[in-house]
Amino acid sequence: MILLEMLETILPVTLFWAAPLIFTALGGVFSERSGVVNIGLEGLMVIGAFSAIVFNLTFADTFGGATPWVSLSVAMFIGALFALIHAVVSITFRADQVVSGVALNFLALGVSIFLVKQWYGKGQTDMVDAPFYSTSIPVLGDIPIVGDMLFSSYATSYIAILLAFVVWYVVYKTPFGLRLRSVGEHPMASDTNGIKVERMRYIAVILSGAFAGVGGGVFALTISQNFASTTISGQGFMALAAMIFGKWHPLGAMGAALFFGFAQSLSDVGSSLPLLENVPSVYLLIAPYVLTILALAGFIGRADAPKALNIPYVKGSR
Amino acid sequence: MLSNRFIHILIPVISVFLGLIAGAIIMLLSGYNPLAGYAALWNGAFGDLYFAGETVRQITPYILSGLAVALAFRAGLFNIGVEGQVFMGWLASVWVGVSMDLPMVIHLPLAILAGALAGGLWGFIPGILKAKLYVHEVIVSIMLNYTALYIANSVIRNVITDQQDSTERVAESASFRSQWLDEVTGYSSIHFGFIVALISVFLVWFLLNKTTKGYELRAVGYNQHASRYSGMKVDRNIILAMVYSGALAGVAGTMQGLGTFEKMSVQSGFTNIGFDGIAVALIGGNTAIGVVLGAILFGVLKVGALNMPLAGVPTELVEIVIALIIFFVASGYIIRWALNRIERNTSKKVKEEKTHDTTRDA
Repeated sequence: MILLEMLETILPVTLFWAAPLIFTALGGVFSERSGVVNIGLEGLMVIGAFSAIVFNLTFADTFGGATPWVSLSVAMFIGALFALIHAVVSITFRADQVVSGVALNFLALGVSIFLVKQWYGKGQTDMVDAPFYSTSIPVLGDIPIVGDMLFSSYATSYIAILLAFVVWYVVYKTPFGLRLRSVGEHPMASDTNGIKVERMRYIAVILSGAFAGVGGGVFALTISQNFASTTISGQGFMALAAMIFGKWHPLGAMGAALFFGFAQSLSDVGSSLPLLENVPSVYLLIAPYVLTILALAGFIGRADAPKALNIPYVKGSR
Repeated sequence: MLSNRFIHILIPVISVFLGLIAGAIIMLLSGYNPLAGYAALWNGAFGDLYFAGETVRQITPYILSGLAVALAFRAGLFNIGVEGQVFMGWLASVWVGVSMDLPMVIHLPLAILAGALAGGLWGFIPGILKAKLYVHEVIVSIMLNYTALYIANSVIRNVITDQQDSTERVAESASFRSQWLDEVTGYSSIHFGFIVALISVFLVWFLLNKTTKGYELRAVGYNQHASRYSGMKVDRNIILAMVYSGALAGVAGTMQGLGTFEKMSVQSGFTNIGFDGIAVALIGGNTAIGVVLGAILFGVLKVGALNMPLAGVPTELVEIVIALIIFFVASGYIIRWALNRIERNTSKKVKEEKTHDTTRDA
């Protein structure tokens, strides 16, 4: 009985925390599968969160009930646009991809806080009027016990999980996915076979921006509900870790993101749970990070990154 | 052709210039006066001795975190974990600073050493994982940043103090602050830590350029396989580089703990000393001397920016300028290309003029 109660508290919170990570990690899968490291996921989430909140605050009256959804699409668009900077700098200008990603994080935070100051005259925005609310899924949500546990969270959480399967299908079962992966493994061979390496990489990085933008938007509209410089603090890096933890595989990334969400929910609600109330909170706080390190160090077996990761493709060079 | 060395120096200079121009354009577009904005920035950094003191205080940890990133870079490693190492160094030095009662000649060096050790230990973890298990140091050190943040907070609350949010002030015998320096600079937060920073610059320069170990570190960074083939212990060099890097970051933490704040409080987020250190190292071309210049640039921009609201410009503008400078430096390839192109054109013109001259002579 205690176990059931625990699950009833933890699982909805898990889904709630995992959703932004899933979206962003899936974006990371696209980018890194094409051979472009994207440490800028954090910055892309910042931009997503910022645009979702600003749009929501400005147009809540115009769009009514559809506002959070329209805000998310705006976050997706702006995220994609912002990722274009990373694409130009790291693909066309052949900059070090890690450095470019770091710069993207700086830029995102600088631009968004600058604009918040400019538009609102203070360091943070107001709370949004039209955030996402948790919804119970019809029929499934009515199942006793399980309904409350699994099917009464946010719509965005279910979309995130569904999307992981869609991305898996795209990356592993479509010609596009094959090209994407080949460009990340052996760009010269792909080029020889007529695949446009740079174009594939551009598409992948822009997709990662769109996904991370949505991830940031979801975080903003479900968890923080306003925007400040501390709104996104490390979720992008967590998503990056989830992607690596999940071995650059969409479903693996989703699994890892759910695990991080679970760990996060433990540190959130742990003190109110019967078995965990005596565990010092610091252990729960550091658990996801330490477990990631342990997992990387070999507990889940070796995972190989795409071979051409972090290497700019220069036509004609070997 | 322009010499490679010259271009190496030229790229950061051009990048800084382009970044400042971009900042001016953003100010113009947002309806501010860029001249007034940059004048406010300049005054905020050098306006009087108080501001100058603040600027030096800001530059000090940047020199050390920049050195930490640069040293790892030279060994082919990307230490994004400087942030966590700063936390550990800060914590350890304050701990020694508050818990012991010793004469200054022993206490202060001991506290600095504790900071270096703690940072070094925090750098050892990604180092050994990279060397022995081929785990990417970037991801491990990102994870360790968060771990350090939470551990430091917990230690402050539960071990050093009894559920307080901040430690006591470190003993005077373990402090970089001095009455004299305070009075001279109109009670700015400057402290003597900058001497430690400058000594570290010399040590890193000496290590990298004048010792066998430094040569090995650079060789490993340049080509691991060749280094292994010529009998160097690549694993050990990777670990050492991360430990040295972490130790420098730890000393950057002591600047906060023994100097600026003289204590450590529970932190809600990162100090950004480590992340800014990445930018500093990059601007400085990963050399010891370059890092000093990079740190000065960033310290001036950051402290000066606090004065920009006087001209109506939000402080955050400087963050944008810094980000753009990093982008420009990272895109060195395109600047190099442009420079060569300009040069080729001018040399072609010179040639044409010369041929004109000879025809006229004939």
